[in-house]
Amino acid sequence: MVQIDTIKENDITTLSINGEVDASSSIQLDESLGAVVSNGDQKILVGCEGLNYISSAGLGVFMSYIEDINAKNLKMALYGLNDKVMNVFEILGLDQLLTIVKTKEEALSRVNEV
Amino acid sequence: MSFTDLTILFGEVNDLNAGIEKYVPNIFFMAYGVSLFIFYRYRIESAQGGNFVDLLWKIFVTGLLTTVVSLVLKSMDYLMGNTSLMENSIMIDFLFHVHLGLLVAFLISTYVVWKRLILYQKSKLLLGIWTIFEYLLFGSLVGMFFPTNITGYLIYPLVIIAIFLSANMKWVAYLNFKQKWKSILLLVLTLLYLVYFYINLSEMRGAYEYLTVALDSVFISALFIFTSIYAAFSLLVILFNLPTSSVFEQKLEEVVNFQRLSQSIQTEQSATQVYEILLESSVRAGKADAAWIEAIVDGKEIIFRHSIEKETIFNIKNFIKSQKENNLFDFDNVDKGVRPGKHLKKLKGNVFNSIVALPIEISGERVGMIVLLQELKEGFNKEAVDITKTFVNQAGISIEGFKMMSEAIENERYKEELHIAKKVQSKLLPAILDANDDFEIAAFSEAADEVGGDYYDSFKINEDKIALIIGDVSGKGTSAAFHMSQMKGIFHGLAQLDLPPEDFLIKANRAINTSLDKTSFVTISYFIIDRTKKKVSFARAGHCPTLYFTKGENQAAYFTNKGLGLGIVRDDSYAKYVQSRDFHYQSGDILVLYTDGITEASNFKAEEFGYDRLANIINENAGLDATDLQKKIISDLYEFCGQSELDDDYTTVIVKFK
Repeated sequence: MVQIDTIKENDITTLSINGEVDASSSIQLDESLGAVVSNGDQKILVGCEGLNYISSAGLGVFMSYIEDINAKNLKMALYGLNDKVMNVFEILGLDQLLTIVKTKEEALSRVNEV
Repeated sequence: MSFTDLTILFGEVNDLNAGIEKYVPNIFFMAYGVSLFIFYRYRIESAQGGNFVDLLWKIFVTGLLTTVVSLVLKSMDYLMGNTSLMENSIMIDFLFHVHLGLLVAFLISTYVVWKRLILYQKSKLLLGIWTIFEYLLFGSLVGMFFPTNITGYLIYPLVIIAIFLSANMKWVAYLNFKQKWKSILLLVLTLLYLVYFYINLSEMRGAYEYLTVALDSVFISALFIFTSIYAAFSLLVILFNLPTSSVFEQKLEEVVNFQRLSQSIQTEQSATQVYEILLESSVRAGKADAAWIEAIVDGKEIIFRHSIEKETIFNIKNFIKSQKENNLFDFDNVDKGVRPGKHLKKLKGNVFNSIVALPIEISGERVGMIVLLQELKEGFNKEAVDITKTFVNQAGISIEGFKMMSEAIENERYKEELHIAKKVQSKLLPAILDANDDFEIAAFSEAADEVGGDYYDSFKINEDKIALIIGDVSGKGTSAAFHMSQMKGIFHGLAQLDLPPEDFLIKANRAINTSLDKTSFVTISYFIIDRTKKKVSFARAGHCPTLYFTKGENQAAYFTNKGLGLGIVRDDSYAKYVQSRDFHYQSGDILVLYTDGITEASNFKAEEFGYDRLANIINENAGLDATDLQKKIISDLYEFCGQSELDDDYTTVIVKFK
């Protein structure tokens, strides 16, 4: 079960993920993230403070948008991951491809970088 | 015919012995009666099935033969009436007995047929009464040896029982209209024969007072009364049943149609055929002039028509829709039930004055409707609608059964296919892994579904080098299994090139890229164990960090080299995300490979098995050999998870250096 809220403030779009992203709920993540990316929102924050678990299917969703984000030159940063979730990103190596930081402020400054 | 021979034989024998011994003719008469009885019983009861008209026909033929023979004898008697031969009392006696014999033959054949008809639908009571009747009748035959005034009383119970038995006419209901007419004709003729014999024999006896034998016997009287009563009753019952026979025929037809609908499940007819039977049956049952069925078969709407054009259907439907405000029959809401369309006559060029529509449902879901039309006003009575409803329900059940059966067969087929896939996949994982004098190796793998995405394998590059791989395809089940088999192909293709682990990953990434979909990836760890240098070099592509126990430090730890799963970056930049690493091994060191199914396995408290538990098992059991260590890990894992089912594939490979 996962709850994903999309909030748009000024030029920044924030997705906050709460709950667990497994094979079935990864579809919801795909829809939310897909909407934001195809919308062409330039600055995207992904709040993972409430994300308890992510399966390989959930990682697959993030992975599938890396190309699009780079191609459209969008800025995306993930923040607030707990240790366990962070570890999952690191093992797969996604931390090398995604901007993952600790706090929202850090994330904001990363997406605001020119 | 054998019975006429018998008659003549009896007559002759009787004649020759007449006046010698009183009981001798009686014995012959009895023997004659019994043999006739056996003969007809055999002949008539061997007749096939329940064709009642055929049975009546048999009586008619016997009656015709006996009457004709009797008439021929009478005419001879008449022609030779003045000769001295005919004056002879013995001759008269003989002729009388021949007539009597013919009558008995006719009576017994009729009796056997009546028995068959009466016992057509038997109950215990009926069978019991019939047995009593037969015993009494036999008793009356035996009674001929005794003075008539004793056996004479037998006639009363016999007649009473005969009347009771004559009330059993169930066979009449099974005759159709035509058969009833035939039966009436045959029964009338049967009665005529009986009347003829009665008059003839009474006349003869009246003329010659001394003819006393047999005619007065209770046996013949009872038989005569019984056959006459039953013939007369049957005739009356059939006559009274004539006007209603069409109703019975229709009911019978409905039952047959109903059966056809139910049987269509067993005969594996398609839904289309069931609808065709339904249409045909409903038209006949409801006496409709025209009808159509609209139903969805395999996702397409099909219209089945009976005596109606497509255009007419279209017009009627449109008309009824346009009349909605008049609270006419609502085609879009058939579920509410049946309403005869009284206003249908307003539709120009329309000949139908009654309409009935019923929804067709399969497992509670509406899949179509049947519409019956009739030219008469209020042409559908409640009966017709009810029987049509029954047909529609039965058709629904038939189609549902048919659907369920095909689904079951389909499921069975999938199961079988998956079973085959499982068998094929189990061959992809090696039964024996390559090893050399430097190390021993043990592996274990289990899939959550029939097939899984975990992979391990080994390859002997040369005498000194052995390549080892462990991998995990994202996702589970069939698609994961396909990618896993692909990974095996890549491993066996690239391992023989003796590439450094880093290059192996880069090439493997390029090889598998094209076939993975956007959200899928594969994680692997690739090892080369070189015994000449006592060195292991390895690289990690997003796979779980390798656990390594060093004997010297007596401590297990996870390697932390960077890596990236295969299929995530699909261009040449992949190279910068991976790095090789190597280390030297010593005797007693343990290399533990595993998939995340093990570390992420959780118990009922939602706790994960985790990295620490795995490392602790190795620390505490480092003395065990590879196989025992592998078993220990799996048994501890099962113990940790308890009853909760493992919902991921899990694999472990243990290498213990000697």
